[in-house]
Amino acid sequence: MMEPRLLLGDQQIRLILKRFAVQLMEQHPDMEALALIGLQPRGVVLSRLVYDELNQLGLPALPHYGELDITFFRDDFNRGELLVPKKNDINFSTENKQVVLIDDVLFTGRSVRSALDALLSFGRPAKVSLMVLVDRRYSRELPIAPDYTGIAVDTRVKLEQVKVSLSEKEYKVWIRETKQG
Amino acid sequence: MNKLLSTRHLLGIRELNSDDLHLIFETADNFKNLLNSKIRKVPTLRDTTIANIFFENSTRTRVSFELAEKRLSADVVNFAASGSSVSKGETLIDTVRNILSMKVDMVVMRHPVPGACVFLAKHIDVPVVNAGDGTREHPTQALLDAYSVRERLGSVQGKKVVIVGDILHSRVALSNIFCLQKLGAEVMVCGPATLLPRYIGSLGVRVETDVRKALHWADVANVLRIQLERQDIRYFPSLREYTLNFGINKAMLHDLGKKLLIMHPGPINRGVELSSDVADSEDAIILDQVENGVAIRMAVLFLLSQKSENN
Repeated sequence: MMEPRLLLGDQQIRLILKRFAVQLMEQHPDMEALALIGLQPRGVVLSRLVYDELNQLGLPALPHYGELDITFFRDDFNRGELLVPKKNDINFSTENKQVVLIDDVLFTGRSVRSALDALLSFGRPAKVSLMVLVDRRYSRELPIAPDYTGIAVDTRVKLEQVKVSLSEKEYKVWIRETKQG
Repeated sequence: MNKLLSTRHLLGIRELNSDDLHLIFETADNFKNLLNSKIRKVPTLRDTTIANIFFENSTRTRVSFELAEKRLSADVVNFAASGSSVSKGETLIDTVRNILSMKVDMVVMRHPVPGACVFLAKHIDVPVVNAGDGTREHPTQALLDAYSVRERLGSVQGKKVVIVGDILHSRVALSNIFCLQKLGAEVMVCGPATLLPRYIGSLGVRVETDVRKALHWADVANVLRIQLERQDIRYFPSLREYTLNFGINKAMLHDLGKKLLIMHPGPINRGVELSSDVADSEDAIILDQVENGVAIRMAVLFLLSQKSENN
């Protein structure tokens, strides 16, 4: 078995967070029309960090912020792992907002599909885009592409996993072989 | 946290453990959150068909189940005993097998005979949800009652709950006793001695025949309807006398000098077990119970359908 290999270290991830914040600022002159929405469970860690980063830029206004649970909208109910619902927390109208969905890893695209479904139940956003820390290329099962990417990486679909840890001590992303059997 | 219930069916609270109860409540929190947001309907059970089979009249429970099923996007078939082939002499098993051969994935059943759902669960291979079987259990009602107490008082643990009324014929009372005890509450039953089962004390509940003393002791009063339709003989001289001795009115609550949560599983006989001013007061959470019923039933259906295909 191959050793896990580090894809992004702490420094790189901090830089990416800064870049995300600046990109958001650049593309959304009107911050009040922007809404950042993290996907439960792992996307919200990233979305909180991105929001904090934006906060530190000292802008006159901050975007709306929410967290979305997609459990009940997934397409794999009763087709494998057990689903455990998490909390939805969107206390604003998404109507006519520029929504940026935030998740840690983009892989098959199925979670994002579910998220779009869930999001549309809250209203009709003017635009929805997607921000991910890691884009696992060539593994999509649906026509979905990210708009903001931390890093794009080619991985072997069933043989490798991308792991993200954004704990307070250290940020890191690594690739490891899938446990066999 | 556990992700699954320990049972495949929901036949009664007696068969559940306290982890199951907490799992149902936590799942219901998510559904309540959805029902209060702009999302009212989720596609989770879109490939599931649920049969609601009611051999006994029901409005609230049937509508609540149906709404819960529809909010989860399940396909629903409703079947009521009146006007069906049951009145032509078909047996319970035959009726249900016929419905199941139409590829139904889950059965919600109310039946006048205690244990009917247990019998059914032994003979069919889809999950069965008991929506009330005779005088035995009514598990979803007990769940939503305890959930409403938890919501209002923060927790059920350590709370004192008195169940007032016809305990003898009440499946709600029995399910409530099991549920509250498993969650760590103290339970008392109160009613005319003729409507208290002789051995009810063996369940570990306090027994009281003076409603004033009972209310004085309690944090929560769950007031039951007098079920004249289940009473084969007269257990008390008249409704008027029942009301005089056991009816709860505003003056009585005022004399307590403390807050008391008033619950009722419905339908209320206004002026009999509860006076109108009590039923409509701020301390009555009767409509919260109804609202929570949908979230609780969504949680039960969600958890049981997860179980059914992974086992």
